[in-house]
Amino acid sequence: MQSKFSNSTARITQLGRRGCDLMEALGRAGVFLFQSAIGVPSREGWRLWLHQMHFVGVLSIAIVLVSGLFIGMVLALQGYTILVDFGAEQALGQMVALSLLRELAPVVAALLFAGRAGSALTAEIGLMKATEQLTSMEMIGVDPLRRVVAPRLWAGFVSLPILTVGFSVVGIWGGYLVGVEWLGVFEGSYWSNMQASVTFINDIGNGMIKSAVFALVVTWIAVFQGYDLVPTSEGISRATTRTVVYSSLAVLGLDFVLTAIMFGGL
Amino acid sequence: MKRSKTMEFGVGLFMVAGILGLVFLGLRVSGLTLSAPTQSFKLEANFANIGSLKPRARVTMAGVTVGRVEAIELDTQWFDARVVLILNSELEGQLSKDSIASILTAGLLGEQYIGLSVGGDPEVLENGDTIRDTQSALVLEELIQQFVSNMASN
Repeated sequence: MQSKFSNSTARITQLGRRGCDLMEALGRAGVFLFQSAIGVPSREGWRLWLHQMHFVGVLSIAIVLVSGLFIGMVLALQGYTILVDFGAEQALGQMVALSLLRELAPVVAALLFAGRAGSALTAEIGLMKATEQLTSMEMIGVDPLRRVVAPRLWAGFVSLPILTVGFSVVGIWGGYLVGVEWLGVFEGSYWSNMQASVTFINDIGNGMIKSAVFALVVTWIAVFQGYDLVPTSEGISRATTRTVVYSSLAVLGLDFVLTAIMFGGL
Repeated sequence: MKRSKTMEFGVGLFMVAGILGLVFLGLRVSGLTLSAPTQSFKLEANFANIGSLKPRARVTMAGVTVGRVEAIELDTQWFDARVVLILNSELEGQLSKDSIASILTAGLLGEQYIGLSVGGDPEVLENGDTIRDTQSALVLEELIQQFVSNMASN
């Protein structure tokens, strides 16, 4: 009886500790974001940012563009087989463009970005922490948040929207290849239906807002997981996994919320 | 140093490509136009029912697109729809006063647009004039209702 009672109190204590840990982690993440994002970048900071733009943005171009091409092509193929039943295959361009700009480009580019760049950021910062490079920086009076974290955060925030634009452009071109060149949809109606239905502010603008939000969230999760991990080899592998899992879930969940606000009239 | 220069060049190229992509999306996909507003002129037309005509819909003449619908609003004097049309300036002073504007549908399920056809009046429509002769949109429910009531009366 006694042991059962103490067992359940232990369980409740553990639950409470979990909750406190979660809140502390959230608080640390918030303070962390604030401390690294503020401050005017020096000339050195610009150089570091440029270096990260290369690593995070330029080197992600290939995977994002190839995925965009295939997703556009698949959309056109699937859309055609559905629309042709209603004799409405002229609406193919509209379907491809709207689904890419509103949903697929921001979401899929963010997921790819989390896998390609986010995990690498976590592992890199994590290894810096495990080998005590971050502590040594503090010892010589360099703030690791400004020196290591801030350039990566800003590079991710700038490069994901650019990658999303590339994804959309290539996807629409892929849809054109399959729909017009292969399946024989009239070229004029592919473009004109698209132009008649896509609006710059509502569709492209909202897609860009989504992309910017995802960029912030994915990069934030990646650098924070790297900065906050247990500095062992196992800790690094766990943090890398967590980065991909958390950012994918955050992107998909936030996508629903943002879509509900933008298009659901919430 | 050389490696750093190529890296900077790559990042610059990446950002320029992003901006160009956005311009492509704006111009080619969403159909923003950069044409100056002076190259067009304005006409108004009142319709008893516009159906599902939308702003930015096409205005055609003999099937050729000659302009677009700028705005649609309710005329509170007559309680019909006032549609503002923006037409190519080459038509200014060419359309006769008794031109007809009708709301047509592209295909069975397609979008609605405005078709213009010229009359024979020697007087012409100028910027800001109103087209008197209009044909409303075909509303399927009204058509069915007419058909049913005809059947009943026969």
